Amino acid sequence: MFEVGEYVRTRVMNPDGHTRIPAYLRGRPCRILNCAGTFLFSDARANGKPDVVQSLYTVLFAARDVWGADADGTTSLVADLFESYLEKRT
Amino acid sequence: MSHSHEHDHEASAAISNRVKHLIGTLERRGILTESQVDATIHSFLSKARPANGFRVVARAWVDGEFKQRLLTDATSAVGELGVDLSHWAPVRIRAVENTHALHNVIVCTLCSCYPLSLLGPSPTWYKSEAYRSRVVRDPRSVLDEFGVRLAPDKEVRVWDSTSELRYFVVPERPAGTGSLSEAELGELVTTNGLIGTALV
Repeated sequence: MFEVGEYVRTRVMNPDGHTRIPAYLRGRPCRILNCAGTFLFSDARANGKPDVVQSLYTVLFAARDVWGADADGTTSLVADLFESYLEKRT
Repeated sequence: MSHSHEHDHEASAAISNRVKHLIGTLERRGILTESQVDATIHSFLSKARPANGFRVVARAWVDGEFKQRLLTDATSAVGELGVDLSHWAPVRIRAVENTHALHNVIVCTLCSCYPLSLLGPSPTWYKSEAYRSRVVRDPRSVLDEFGVRLAPDKEVRVWDSTSELRYFVVPERPAGTGSLSEAELGELVTTNGLIGTALV
């Protein structure tokens, strides 16, 4: 579980088959905006595995943390990401 | 653009073929009938109209308490206006508000997720690879091409619809509309305004 406002990071991952974390948002620092509740984990469903329920978080990224220092400093990105895509920031 | 257009066309033809094949198989096995498929599509599309979204925004502009409920739990709030989303579960919708300091814009980079029930079928450009790839990398340039010019210090926030939530934008109410009725305000709202690629 993550707290609203917590600074976290998306995992670097390349799973076989369907996933809902876009490649451009993997391995990036980000912040939890809110928890959208629990949903069936799309990756398991799409890949024919048994249903798993996971928390889904709305997560905020600064464009510079995604695209680098030359990105616009006033742009941010938001995505809804399952708990297993995220890890504590060390 | 022509290359990307051809690619989109080939991709949609491939998907149409798969859907046709799947429906054919289900029909042959007696799991579905063609009329059931038609009735489901009709029921979905007859409820999915952009007028729903326009009405929701106009109400939010005239009723601050409704707007708060909309921003907190849009799925429930639109139900107050008779917009039925039950055919769409488990998808939920979320409203994001434009302010003097923040402009929101919606995309789905993974496919073309869209608040269909509130806005009807999505515009062709929304599904294009050009929009989906560019708006997350350089939203100000994309918005500029749509004629949306924002103050340089205004935050631009791009919402990538990656999961079971569908976003729509509540635009800022235009200045000088204090005397307009709720119905007249609804006529000012546009589909692009609810995606964030136009101001109202």
